[in-house]
Order: sequence, then structure tokens, then C-alpha cells
Amino acid sequence: MANEVVDPGRRRFLTATTSVVGAVGVACAAVPFIKSWEPSARAKAAGAPVMADIGKIEPGQKVTFGWRGMPVFVVNRTSQQLAALKGEDGRLKDPDSNNTDQQPAYAKNENRSIKPEWLVVVGICTHLGCSPEYFGEIKAEPFDPNWKGGFFCPCHKSRYDISGRVFDGVPAPANLQVPPYHFVSDTLIQIGVDPQGAA
Amino acid sequence: MATTPVRIQPKNRLLAWIEERLPILSFLSSHTSEYYAPKNFNFWYYFGSLALLVLVNQIVTGIFLTMFYKPGADTAFASVEYIMRDVDWGWLIRYMHEVGASMFFIVVYLHMFRGLMYGSYKKPRELVWILGMLIFLALMAEAFMGYVLPWGNMSFWGAKVIISLFGAVPWVGDTLVQWIMGDFNPADATLNRFFSLHVIALPLVLLLLVVLHLAALHEVGSNNPDGVEIKKGPKGSRFGADKPADGIPFHPYYTVKDLFGVGFFLVICAFIIFFEPTVGGWFLEPDNFIPANSLVTPAEIKPVWYFTPFYAMLRMIPAKLPGVIIMFLGIAVLFLVPWLDRGRVKSVRYRGLGYKIGLGLFALSFVMLGAVGAGLTSEYIPAWFGPTADVTTIENAFGRFWLFVYFACFAALWAYTYFGWEKTKPVPERVTTHD
Amino acid sequence: MTKSFCIPSVFARVAVAAAGALLVAGSALAQEGAGLEEAGAHVTNIASLQSGARTFFNYCSGCHSLKYMRYSRIAQDLQLSDDDVLKNFASAGAKIGDLAISNMPSKPASGDVPAQGAEVWFGKAPPDLSLEVRAKGADWVYTYLKRFYIDPSRPVGWNNTVFPNASMPFPLWELQGVQTPVYAPAKPGAEPVVEKLELSTPGKLTPAQYDDTVRDVTAFLEYASEPAALQRHSIGVWVLLYLAFFTLLAYLLKHEYWKDVH
Repeated sequence: MANEVVDPGRRRFLTATTSVVGAVGVACAAVPFIKSWEPSARAKAAGAPVMADIGKIEPGQKVTFGWRGMPVFVVNRTSQQLAALKGEDGRLKDPDSNNTDQQPAYAKNENRSIKPEWLVVVGICTHLGCSPEYFGEIKAEPFDPNWKGGFFCPCHKSRYDISGRVFDGVPAPANLQVPPYHFVSDTLIQIGVDPQGAA
Repeated sequence: MATTPVRIQPKNRLLAWIEERLPILSFLSSHTSEYYAPKNFNFWYYFGSLALLVLVNQIVTGIFLTMFYKPGADTAFASVEYIMRDVDWGWLIRYMHEVGASMFFIVVYLHMFRGLMYGSYKKPRELVWILGMLIFLALMAEAFMGYVLPWGNMSFWGAKVIISLFGAVPWVGDTLVQWIMGDFNPADATLNRFFSLHVIALPLVLLLLVVLHLAALHEVGSNNPDGVEIKKGPKGSRFGADKPADGIPFHPYYTVKDLFGVGFFLVICAFIIFFEPTVGGWFLEPDNFIPANSLVTPAEIKPVWYFTPFYAMLRMIPAKLPGVIIMFLGIAVLFLVPWLDRGRVKSVRYRGLGYKIGLGLFALSFVMLGAVGAGLTSEYIPAWFGPTADVTTIENAFGRFWLFVYFACFAALWAYTYFGWEKTKPVPERVTTHD
Repeated sequence: MTKSFCIPSVFARVAVAAAGALLVAGSALAQEGAGLEEAGAHVTNIASLQSGARTFFNYCSGCHSLKYMRYSRIAQDLQLSDDDVLKNFASAGAKIGDLAISNMPSKPASGDVPAQGAEVWFGKAPPDLSLEVRAKGADWVYTYLKRFYIDPSRPVGWNNTVFPNASMPFPLWELQGVQTPVYAPAKPGAEPVVEKLELSTPGKLTPAQYDDTVRDVTAFLEYASEPAALQRHSIGVWVLLYLAFFTLLAYLLKHEYWKDVH
């Protein structure tokens, strides 16, 4: 004898409840698979902070260090290069480094650095990713008769000043990025770690 | 009678546009809510849908493992440890795949046993059975190659032993072995080709076979524990005047029942995965945590549990080629069951006592042969017969006895039904209960 | 429930039950092994893991690598600080993300170039121990570390009843002391067999303390074999609870629909 009385309300309730609980389960089951794409412990170890010995860098010289597969430029800026920064604001897109994505708080200043003479920036053009060249000398250049030193990207002609700030009228949208870094000693910086108690 | 042609006409305009050009909804409906299955499916009928679930699991976890695994004799072992340690949740994906492989065989063996019990291989379902047997063959090859991929010591030596079986083929044997390996020993070349076959070639074959298996089944309709053909029986039920009286639509009745089966099955799998992932070495052998070493043979080369009955068949025959032939015959004889069984009664419920005994002995012989293949006999014989017992002689006697029983069951099945010795009970017209 | 259904199914169920019993018994037997002592190591005991790690890195890591273990993972799982691990466990100059590779020089012979380092001094390279417990079992490792004895006939001066003629010298003799073998009466033409070991010179630890030390090392190596074991159990409980709940709901749903099928 079939039970003729089908309670559609109860059926709907049970179907809905089971579906919801099941959906939660499926979502939770998906989590490990999605998370497996995160950088593995091996990738994180390889992307670990890097010690950069800056003791032998001459004034005016730029040295490149590798960190997380990216070039990081360290420039020992001369006082003339630093002095030349002052007049540039009118030609720059973001002279005050208001775009907070491009540097940590301790580098939000005219020098975009912790110590004035030491510039530490990621050497990747913020346009499409080429590595800009260092043109440290304050002299007229074919791409800029009023060149006061900085970086020039050969791919699409973007220019940056000696603090890595991007010029108006070039395709790159933002200043060169300053990575987290701090001074372990006067001649040693660690790229990848903010200073203790840094904002 | 073929699958009921169904024409759905969706009210939603986008769905209607698609349906007119590619009748997906009609197709799905004809195979679920318009597919009428017997209402008396019991516990034994869970394993088909569970096998499909495990197949999906193997594919999904396999896809993710392939993202991190590096095929190559120098990199494979370390890449598996990379998955187990460095990849977030990699250990879980690996265990799901490894436990899934063994669960696949548990489910498939029970699924096949159901087929034998209820005569699901008989006309008009012989092709469903044949396709199922082909799936079984493909599955064995897939599992074997999968076990080689971690390139542990058992991977290597298992590969060496199984590939060397092909050396038994007269005249071309040695060439064949070298051709399979791509080298003089299982090596990088072997590993890489097994990787390709395991990851893409055999899964495609398996998927195709599963689709054909289901299509063939739906064409003739499912069998049931009473072996009664519901399509030939009375018509008319609350679902429709032309529907089989003993049929119920697969959706929602069996979708909902299989969902429960899935839940229960997952509880068992989860227990194994999280608390005992290698099942004491039965699902994943300890020797496979040692990197492959062509100079050091494991103390006991034995395959994973699901191959042990066939491995025993091989070992019980003292000569190489006959041993290989007997082992393949052990599988081949299953293909022939629809034609060996001359009886007309499908389900064991109404078959003669001899059939019931035979089926039971067949199952028992399969398990006993498995015990021999797994080396359990060499552990228990000294324990039961004393430390001075001649293990080999006793094991051979035991193994050969059960090997004889295994094949005898099939021969007896033929004779029993061909000569009409079987006394069957009358088969009812209608199914008995939905249970 | 029809009657004739039961009999062959009973056969099948007996077969399955027999298989199950064999499985359980088989794995129990496999774990016992011939004459191995029970390690009693628990990877969930963090204190034991910490002590075991200390012993391992003080006495074993000079020769043996754990080439699949990162220091950062050890710090995280054993609840130690990165600095602790780098100072006390890691080789000099290592970074926290590095793998625990031993500094033992080791180069197998290849072609005309002769072997160097450990292959020359010990005859073979000290094996990596990342997966030792998974391959041999905790009981094996535990018993092995307890069964070293002095044997002047061996090049390294030591032998072991669990792994006869191992090329390994015994680094823990200061802790355990020195064991000497007592041979069983030799059968004619047969090698003398060690019947038992006697502690002829006591070490810094009592036998019970030494057992604890070895148990801790075994626990640490068991952890190193499978670091995920620490998470597996706790997550598993939640998964099982969820699945049990889901199965219950699914059952209720099934029952509700099947009320009208008879």
C-alpha cells in the first residue's frame, strides 16, 4: 500500500536543507584544491629576503640585486643627484608619491628611501615590465635636453628621475616600486623585510 | 525498447534556443527523470554510481597532482615528497588519489559480483557486461601505471616484474619487453611513457568505455535482484499508463538514494584518508617510500592488494608462459560468462543450490588466491604449522587448490546449466519488494 | 526480505568478512615484525618531537640529511622560533627556508672518477632519513637504535642485531653506554649468532632514560616522514562529523521520497 499522502512542504524543506549542506561541503572540499595553487613552501623559500652588500658601491653607481626573480636597483646617489631632485616636481606625474601601492610609508618622501643617498627600487618599468636603464649623469640626453639623472626605459621611452618618480607625458603610469627593505648595517641591506617597527 | 525519446520545451527563451539546436535537457531528462528503473534495487546497486563518483575523484585529484608532479627518473620521487610537504594541501590531494585508487577496485569488485549474482550479464545485457569487463581491463592497466609514477622501489620492481611477463610471448617476447620499456630496464623512458598513458590516454579510453557502458545499459534497461524484466511485465503505474508497473523514475528516487549511498561511502573514505591513509601498507606499500633502486630488490615483491589474486594465479604455475596464460585466462574467463551460463533464470534468488554454492566458492577462491598473492600464506603457515614447515610446498598446495576451484566454478557453471542439472525455482512475474 | 536472497549473499559476506579479518591480522603481524620492540612514539607529543629533534641534530645530522624537511616547517610544527631552529638545529649559514641537508661530503664513484667522502670512509653514503620511518616502521628504527654492540671485526667497530653488518658507527654510545654481544653456542660450520646484548659500560643515561631518548628521536623521525600527520587527525574529525551529518540528512531525504514506493 503506497503512502498516498506526499508532503511536498517536507520534501522541499529536506531537499533545500540537504542541498545547502551539500553545497557547503562541496565549497569546503574545493578549498584545498584552490589553495594548492598558492606559492609552495619551496617557492616561498626561494622568494626569501636577500642580503645586499652595498659597501663597495661607488657614489653615482648603480648595482642590481635579484629578489623574487626581479631586479632590484641600488644606487649610491651623489649630492648633486639629490640636489637635482628639487626642481623636477613640475615635470612628474606623482611627485609626492601619493600612490601608496608603489612604496612603503617609510619611503614616501622626496628621496623615496630610508637614507637619502641610498635608492632601492625594483628595476621594472611600471608600463609593461621592461627593465629601465640607469642614466645617472646630469647632462642633456637625446630623450630629454634637461636631464637631471634617473632611469630611461628603452621599450616605450618612459622616464623616471633619480628617485624613480615617473615623468609626465610618458606611457608608464606610476613611480618605480620601492620594495620592503632595511639597513642591517651601514654596508648591508636586507631586501624583502621592512625595518622593525616600521609603519 | 530503446531509451524513451523525450522532448523538453523550456519556457526560458535562452534555454529554448539552445534546446532547439542541441537537446541537452531532453537528453538529460531521458536518462534520469524519464529513465524507469526497477523499484527493488538493494544494497548491491549502490556500487555503479559509487564507481562513477570515484572516477570523478581520480580525474579531479589527478589533474591537480599533474600540476606538481615531475615525470622523470631523477625528479619523480622528490616531486611526490614536494607535493606531500611543500604544496599547500598537497598531502590531502595525494591521499585522496591514492585511497581513491584502492576504493575504485573495492567498488568495482563488488559491482561485478552483483552482476554475477543477479545475472546482469544475461541477454540482452551481454554487451553491458563486456564493456564493463573492458573497463576492468583498462582500470587495471591505469592502476598499474599509476603505481609506477612515484618511482619508489616497489614502483620500479613491480614494473620490472609485470613488464617481464610479456617476455613469455614466444619468439617476440624479449623484443616486446624492450619495446615497452624503451630501455634495457624500467627507466626514465618507461616512466615518461607511463605518465602519458596514465594521465591522458587511458583516462580517455576509460571515459569512452564508461559512456558506452551506460548507453548500453540504458538501451535495454537495468536488471534487478529478482531478475525480472520490468519492461516485459505489466504496464501502468501512477507515473503513467505506458510505464512499467514495477518501474520508478531514476530521478528523483535513485538520485536521492544514491546520494545517501555517496554520503555513507564518503564517511568510510574520509576515515581512511585522514586516519589510516596507507591502511597499514595495504594501499601504499612501505617499500615505495624508498627511491627506485635497480640494484636492491625489496624483500618481497608483491603487487597492491587488488592484483593479488591474479598474481597468485601466475605464481602457482611453475613455468613462465603457462603461468602468464593462466593469469590472463583468469580474467578472460569472466568475459565468457554470458555464454558459459546456459541457464535462463537470472537471479541467484531463484537459481539452484549448485549455483549458489558455486558462486560462493568462486568468491572464496578469489579471496584465498588474493591471500596467497599478498604473501599472507608465507606469514601464517609458519605460525600455524610451526617454524620448520615447508612454506613453499604448503603454499603451493593451498594456492593450486584454490586456483583449481576458481576455474572449476566456471567449468561447472557451464556443465550445470548446459546439461540441465540446475533445478531453478519459479521466477515471479512482478518484483518482490523495493527493499 | 525474501528468504533465498540470504544464502549466496551470506557466502559473499563471509568472504568479505574473511578478507577483512585477514587484512587486520595481516597488518598487525606486519607491524610486529620479528622481535622488534614497540616504539610507543607519538607524533602528537610536541615535547617528544622537540627533544627528538634536539637529539637528531646533535648526534645524527652530521652524517644524515633530512633532505625533504625544511627548517621553517620544523619551527612551525614543533612550535619553536625561527631563531631557535637556525641556532640549534641548522648548519651554519643556513636560511630558515632551507632543507635540512647534512654537511657530510659524499660523492659516489662515477666512471673513472673514484668516490669521495662518506663512500670512502664508511663504504656507503649515510642514507637520507626523511622517509626512514615510513619505509621501515617506527618499531624498526626504535629497536635499531637500541641494538648496537661493539664489534672489533667491523671496519667502523660497531655492529647491530637489527641490521647486521651495517656500515654505521654508533653515535649515541655516550648516552646508552657500550653493549657487548653474548653469542649462542655456535652450530658446527655456522656463523655465531648473537643471543643477547649486555650493557658492559654504562652511559650517561639510565636504560629507561635512553629508551625515552630513542623514543623521542623515533617520534621526530616519524614526524619527519610525514609532517602532515599532525594536521590530518584534527581535520579528519571535522570532516567525519560533517559527512555523518550530511549522510543523515541524505537519509532523511531518501526516506521522505521513498515513502510512496512499495
